[in-house]
Amino acid sequence: MADKIEIRNLNLFYDKFHALKSVNMVVRDKNIIALIGPSGCGKSTLLRSINRMNDLIDGVRINGEVLLDGRDIYNSGLDIYKLRKRVGMVFQRPNSFAKSIFENVAFGLRVARLANKKKISEIVETSLRTAGLWDDLKDKLGTSALELPLYHQQRLCIARLLAVEPEVILMDEPCSTLDPIATMKIEEMMIELKKKFNIIIVTHNMQQAARVSDQCGYMLLGDMVEFNKTSEIFTNPRDKRTQDYITGRFG
Amino acid sequence: MINPRFTQVIAVLLLALATLFTLAILVFIIGFILSKGLAHVDIDFILSNPEDMGRAGGIYPTIIGTLILSTLSILIAAPFGIGTAVFLTEYTRESRVTRIIRFGADCLAGIPSIIFGLFGFIFFVTTLGMSWSILSGSLTLAFMILPTIIRTSEEAIKSVPYAYRDVSFSLGATLWQTVRKVVLPNALPGILTGIMLSLGRSIGETAVVIFTAGSSLRTPQSLFDSIRTMSVHFYILAREGLSNEKAYATATVLIISILAINLISYWLMIRFISKRSG
Ligand SMILES: Nc1ncnc2c1ncn2[C@@H]1O[C@H](COP(=O)(O)OP(=O)(O)OP(=O)(O)O)[C@@H](O)[C@H]1O
Ligand SMILES: [Mg+2]
Repeated sequence: MADKIEIRNLNLFYDKFHALKSVNMVVRDKNIIALIGPSGCGKSTLLRSINRMNDLIDGVRINGEVLLDGRDIYNSGLDIYKLRKRVGMVFQRPNSFAKSIFENVAFGLRVARLANKKKISEIVETSLRTAGLWDDLKDKLGTSALELPLYHQQRLCIARLLAVEPEVILMDEPCSTLDPIATMKIEEMMIELKKKFNIIIVTHNMQQAARVSDQCGYMLLGDMVEFNKTSEIFTNPRDKRTQDYITGRFG
Repeated sequence: MINPRFTQVIAVLLLALATLFTLAILVFIIGFILSKGLAHVDIDFILSNPEDMGRAGGIYPTIIGTLILSTLSILIAAPFGIGTAVFLTEYTRESRVTRIIRFGADCLAGIPSIIFGLFGFIFFVTTLGMSWSILSGSLTLAFMILPTIIRTSEEAIKSVPYAYRDVSFSLGATLWQTVRKVVLPNALPGILTGIMLSLGRSIGETAVVIFTAGSSLRTPQSLFDSIRTMSVHFYILAREGLSNEKAYATATVLIISILAINLISYWLMIRFISKRSG
């Protein structure tokens, strides 16, 4: 099976602060990867370096390689805007735009200058269907997204992302503002999405990592302590620190 | 020991009193002008030309003058102001230079309008030979209101949640697309407020207008003609003691139009907001 993403000796500094320390990680195609670890260990930072969102922050320095389909996203002249369409992101807080539901989902298409109205409607519909929202929302596509309940908004944000047909979906604690039922729905959706997409999810919820992921990485203070099959990590961790963390003996 | 419940009551009372006082003064001023002027305002007053230097007749040319001058000054200042604000907030990193520009804008905002008038007179009217004209006047007014537009737009842009920009970038948008499709639409109500504020200042301004647009009572035919605005007309009528009646009548029209502008912009804003979220 092909490697979708390969991270080699990735170091990242916020000014002087060494936030990622020689991180290595291989993501095989059509898998869900979970990143776990205590607060501040660099999970979000690692996630954001896969679609170069860290470039937006002042004083960030990066060295090492992040290969997407074998091509280094930092040094091969890959267009950053195209990269971000291929590697999309779902954020912690549902951040729907103050626009209609339709325009929220169509945003990425407008940005990509797709002009064909029929095509846009089709893609919006498919994306909403995949996100499990179509039946609920098809009659009120024109209403403001901000009026939707939070759990709908988070799925809308996922639909908005699906519309640009990314290859990789990065999720940064997507369920942390949701209740257990909404969380379950998102997890079911992830399993469904896995057939077509690669997903990397950061989560503080160990059960969630165990439930949904195929591979799992445990990070601590900028180090990737252990990266392995999820079943291995949770039943047979190689590193003492991983074991302490998953058995709740941490800190 | 003072009972906190008691201080709480006192505080509410004082705050309510301050509010009441402010409102009372506002109502008094408006009421005073209207009571003296409203009786002398009719369609004829609005639509006919002044006679005998304004002692008789209407104020039609000054209404036209006010309209053209203030609209033009906004049309000139808004693109520069909003552009500067976007550039300062989105395209530059916070640095010494941006702080100096911001400080400069604040200083400009604090300069008395008569100084702008003098500058406009020396620069546009005499040096550039544009004489007393709509063009000189609106350019100078534009300089005067530019700092306000810059600073209010900047605040409006900064108040757009950072998460929106993150999402936009993460969907592959460029900075310009993000600014146009996400930042500006969300900042629009704030930006419009600043523009309305500036419009009010333009309409009410006298010093700058007298220095740069003159006080001709003829209806202008081109941008190079001199004009008189309602504010200037009121000032001249009152100062030269030409006609108290006409002065108050002019003030009445002035106040009503400013109230109308505020109401309309308020209405537009509400409609705009409910359209986006409803
Ligand atoms: N913009 C920034 N500037 C400077 N330091 C930062 C910045 N963002 C993050 N850091 C630091 O980098 C480290 C890793 O942050 P990161 O957000 O990646 O952690 P995390 O594992 O996602 O934590 P959490 O679970 O709380 O989300 C932290 O110590 C944090 O203080
Ligand atoms: Mg994080």
